[in-house]
Amino acid sequence: MSPRRLFAVVLRQFYLIRGSVSRVLPLFAWVTVDMALWGFLTRYLNKVSAAGLDFVATMLGAVLLWDFFMRVMQGVTMAFFEDVWSRNFLNFFASPLTLWEYLGGLVASSVATSSVGLVAMLLLASIGFGLSFLVYGALLAPFLMILFVFGIALGIMACALVLRLGPASEWFVWPIPALIAPFAGVFYPVATLPLWMRAVSRVLPPAYVFECMRAISSGAAAPRPSVLAGAVLALAYLALAGWIFEKTYRYAVRTGLIARYSAESVT
Amino acid sequence: MEKILSVSGLRKDYAGVAAVDGIAFDVAPGEIVGLLGPNGAGKTTTINMILGVLEPSAGSIAVRAGARTNFAAVYAPLPGNLTVAENLRIFGLIYGVADLSARIAELLKEYELERFRDAKAGLLSSGEQTRLCLAKAMLNEPQLLLLDEPTASLDPAIAREIRAKIKSFVARGASGVLWTSHNMREVEEVCDRVLFLARGKILLEGDPRVLPASHGKKTLEDLFVAVAREPLTL
Repeated sequence: MSPRRLFAVVLRQFYLIRGSVSRVLPLFAWVTVDMALWGFLTRYLNKVSAAGLDFVATMLGAVLLWDFFMRVMQGVTMAFFEDVWSRNFLNFFASPLTLWEYLGGLVASSVATSSVGLVAMLLLASIGFGLSFLVYGALLAPFLMILFVFGIALGIMACALVLRLGPASEWFVWPIPALIAPFAGVFYPVATLPLWMRAVSRVLPPAYVFECMRAISSGAAAPRPSVLAGAVLALAYLALAGWIFEKTYRYAVRTGLIARYSAESVT
Repeated sequence: MEKILSVSGLRKDYAGVAAVDGIAFDVAPGEIVGLLGPNGAGKTTTINMILGVLEPSAGSIAVRAGARTNFAAVYAPLPGNLTVAENLRIFGLIYGVADLSARIAELLKEYELERFRDAKAGLLSSGEQTRLCLAKAMLNEPQLLLLDEPTASLDPAIAREIRAKIKSFVARGASGVLWTSHNMREVEEVCDRVLFLARGKILLEGDPRVLPASHGKKTLEDLFVAVAREPLTL
């Protein structure tokens, strides 16, 4: 893997963002709106609830981490879509750039763009609403890593879907986080779900993160085996995503889809 | 001298129909080989297979080990939302070009793109975009250069200059070019050898300046028309 070629993919993304308000604003605008909305809501819930729960710590913290996961996923897919929209696959894949350098570039771009959103969210949530992640201690790092790795994995799988089905299938990508959220237990314990939904939750790494967060917030001991299970699952998804993308790319090369991508299908 | 490109028994089928049907040819250093043929003859399919973005159904493609390759094609414009200089920098990094800033400056001058340096590629005229694609194709001074209708959008004056530049580049002797074009005068001017492709097969091969007469045609264009319309009469 050539770091220079990987850097070229990241630099392309930097050039695009640098010169475009419509690319800069989404890096932090929507997550900021989300933080404000959920910040006021949780503050209100703290006031009216008799449960004695700290909604800021449980719900606002969960929303922040969920938004981070979505930004990571979209960081990968948006960088990929730039090549879809500019019909750049032929230029990239007919060059010495390898598939793994290209994916590495998408991931590195996502690290940069999602970090901007994370910093914006942390600043607003902590300064504006007093959210502190100190309660999670050192476990915050694995929480973020699990969500990051799973976000990257889903982003790569979404790219494979669009590569296989053509530019119009971009529509399938946007609702993915919303489809996962009910199973991931972002806002409520997984135990609230019916049995079949709980079975789905068990194979979703974010569910382990949010269950652990709630356990710690309620004063229970950190369930470390759950964190480990979430991490192992996230890594498994990442490996699966790489395998799926590689297979999809090979299919696209075999059928001519890479060379005639705008045709959407070669069959 | 070792060939830059050797193609043998190359075939590509789509749903059982051969787009390229067992072709074989070489490109040597210092040589410009024209790949001619009517629309749908298999020229672009052949180039895509050589570029590695399309898997052959059969046959082999051998590019000399370590040879630098690049391409320009009328259907592969550079991203229009990046500036001319940004595009050249990104592809320069990808193609591993040494002393990249100096090379970009050199190419901007050579392809008369200096005044467009900071313009978005998508705002350029089609001729200017073609020059940008050619500048990108020359970034790494390729030893194998694939050009798919490289002068299609250029005015005659610029097209002549571009032909002269590529000819002088190849004349240095280190590089070979595979060139497709529908402009037969251009082909006569630049190509040392041509391959006539029709329905995926190479029907004729030879010097474009002597090939028409040897097949009873006045010009290369007449020969092209005959190949396109009545390949079996040749």
